[in-house]
Amino acid sequence: MKAAVITFPGSNCDRDLAVAFEKAGAEVTRVWHKDAGLPAGTDIVAIPGGFSFGDYLRCGAIAAQSPVAAAIKAHAERGGYALGICNGFQVLTETGLLPGALMRNAGLKFICKSLTLSVATTDSAFTGLWAKGDRITLPIAHHDGNYVIDAEGLQRLKAEDRIAFTYADNPNGSLDSIAGVLSANRRVLGMMPHPERMVETQQGGTDGSVLFRSLMSAMALA
Amino acid sequence: MKARVHVMLKDGVLDPQGEAVKHALGTLGFQGVEAVRQGKVIELDLAAKDKAAAEAEVKAMCERLLANTVIEKYTVEIA
Repeated sequence: MKAAVITFPGSNCDRDLAVAFEKAGAEVTRVWHKDAGLPAGTDIVAIPGGFSFGDYLRCGAIAAQSPVAAAIKAHAERGGYALGICNGFQVLTETGLLPGALMRNAGLKFICKSLTLSVATTDSAFTGLWAKGDRITLPIAHHDGNYVIDAEGLQRLKAEDRIAFTYADNPNGSLDSIAGVLSANRRVLGMMPHPERMVETQQGGTDGSVLFRSLMSAMALA
Repeated sequence: MKARVHVMLKDGVLDPQGEAVKHALGTLGFQGVEAVRQGKVIELDLAAKDKAAAEAEVKAMCERLLANTVIEKYTVEIA
């Protein structure tokens, strides 16, 4: 599996994300936001957490207009895989590759802690090695993770089984406790929790590594 | 030509910041504040000379960048 990890000015989880992919056995290339294209043969493009462009205007809004964003969009539109974590999820909603938006947390505070999630679907390359309903522990670290979508959009996510993760105890006001959603073709995942921060026992757990291993195994089958 | 863009959360989208401001105003003793919605104002200086063309251009800017129309609405004033 060839992974391209994007770095925007203000990204701060890019290195951890690259390490998590490498640990799972992926070949990783780091890509700067001014690069107009992705490396040839990229299977999955990964957009890390952080504060791209200082969260100016709206979280992820400026990054979504950068040169590399056009390449990410083209990659996803031709059926390529994409993963956006935290700020990366915000970027993916701002590009329109994922529905909905991420608003200021309902409690207005930046929340940084590990919490329990439920795996809501195993029907994706990202979640294939879990069982539906598995309870896993991953950290969140965000100020704007309050997922909103209109009633019709929510209905569609549910009907198409596109909610990937939910919070066991809703920390930020997200509609229906949604922590991560999939695109219609199930190849783009956006999630607020950080799987790349739970891939070694020294980090307090390895639940996050299942996501990267799921991707490896899905790509091997493809 | 100057343009002023007002970006507000759409009606029906809960505004946590507006709610916090409303609560703080109540704490300060300002009674009777029934609702607070917080938005942003963006001012642009434009080279355009034609008002209608400027307005159309700023609306395009709103759709593509200045507002997230999933949750926000906007109004454009040209002066």
